[in-house]
Amino acid sequence: MTGAIGHRTWIALSLFAIISIGVGLAASAWRRDAPLSAPLIGGPFALTNHEGKRLTDKDLLGQPFAISFGFTHCPDVCPTSLLDLSAVIEKLGPEAAKMRFLFVSIDPERDTPEQLKLYLSSFNPNITGLTGTLDEVKVAGKAYRAYWQRIPTSDGYTMNHSTFTYLIDRHGKFHSLIAYQQPVDTQVAAMKRVIAVP
Amino acid sequence: MSKKINSLAVAVVAICLSFTAAARDFTMGGIKIEQPWTRVTPEGAKVAGGFMKITNTGKQADTLVGGTFPLAAVFQVHQMSMDGGVMKMSELAGGLEIAPGATVELKPGSYHVMFMDLKQPIKAAETIKGSLIFKKAGTIEIEYTVAPLGAKDPGRSDAKH
Repeated sequence: MTGAIGHRTWIALSLFAIISIGVGLAASAWRRDAPLSAPLIGGPFALTNHEGKRLTDKDLLGQPFAISFGFTHCPDVCPTSLLDLSAVIEKLGPEAAKMRFLFVSIDPERDTPEQLKLYLSSFNPNITGLTGTLDEVKVAGKAYRAYWQRIPTSDGYTMNHSTFTYLIDRHGKFHSLIAYQQPVDTQVAAMKRVIAVP
Repeated sequence: MSKKINSLAVAVVAICLSFTAAARDFTMGGIKIEQPWTRVTPEGAKVAGGFMKITNTGKQADTLVGGTFPLAAVFQVHQMSMDGGVMKMSELAGGLEIAPGATVELKPGSYHVMFMDLKQPIKAAETIKGSLIFKKAGTIEIEYTVAPLGAKDPGRSDAKH
């Protein structure tokens, strides 16, 4: 009996703790007047890059980065975004070396490191492709609030997916969002701002 | 101007398939296809989109149900949209219906034909022959021009805004 009560109390306390943390996070975001509550975007991930090497969020500390999600079986949005990003990197010039540009596959079944490497060879060489197991990709996607859904077709599948690029500062904190097809100059300015974070 | 004359000639002469290599419009029965185009694909790309304007000059609705593309094993008719930052794409299993008198534009971010399981990437400066299959008009042989990677329209080489 007491066990059951204890159990219930434990659940109640846990819920209280979770809600408190949530309220606390929301409040801190509110105070900082952030457009999106900073602590809610970003987080730990561990993936494999297009050279077959592991990369985690910890490896990125000290360096700002831009991260977006897509897949190589993508006819329109992904090549367009990567082409825009290539133009942004070119415009940044030497500044580009101060940050990283990450493209995470949401379709790791088809996007092996080799496939990513081949695909990315058509774009700026500073873009790092990332893939992993389904679970690893899910963890990364969840951390960034990225959304995707597998859509069956008569001969396989395609993906619906969110198209934002997330900018993370050198401390690993969310800085800002870039929407699909924002003008290149706007994107360059956003990258410069995240590079400038002390 | 010469394009107009050309397509008029095609419409007059051709009951079946007949077009010149320079023509960009293709007609069969009540269906007119204007300026089919596709784009250079990234290395290793397995999919590409095909775009064009389809006009139904006939008295009855017709439906684009499929087609062929020589570099692709699979050809599908798709729709795509952006919804709150989410790209949504799906196959039009029943095809794309064109009402009598209507023109439907297949373009990036919208309706398109999808070439899947590409055997090789699409390269610049090629024109690529293909076909479209309509329920009523039947098979129409067409020829795609190839725009640069990421192009937003068939004519411009610059994809930026």
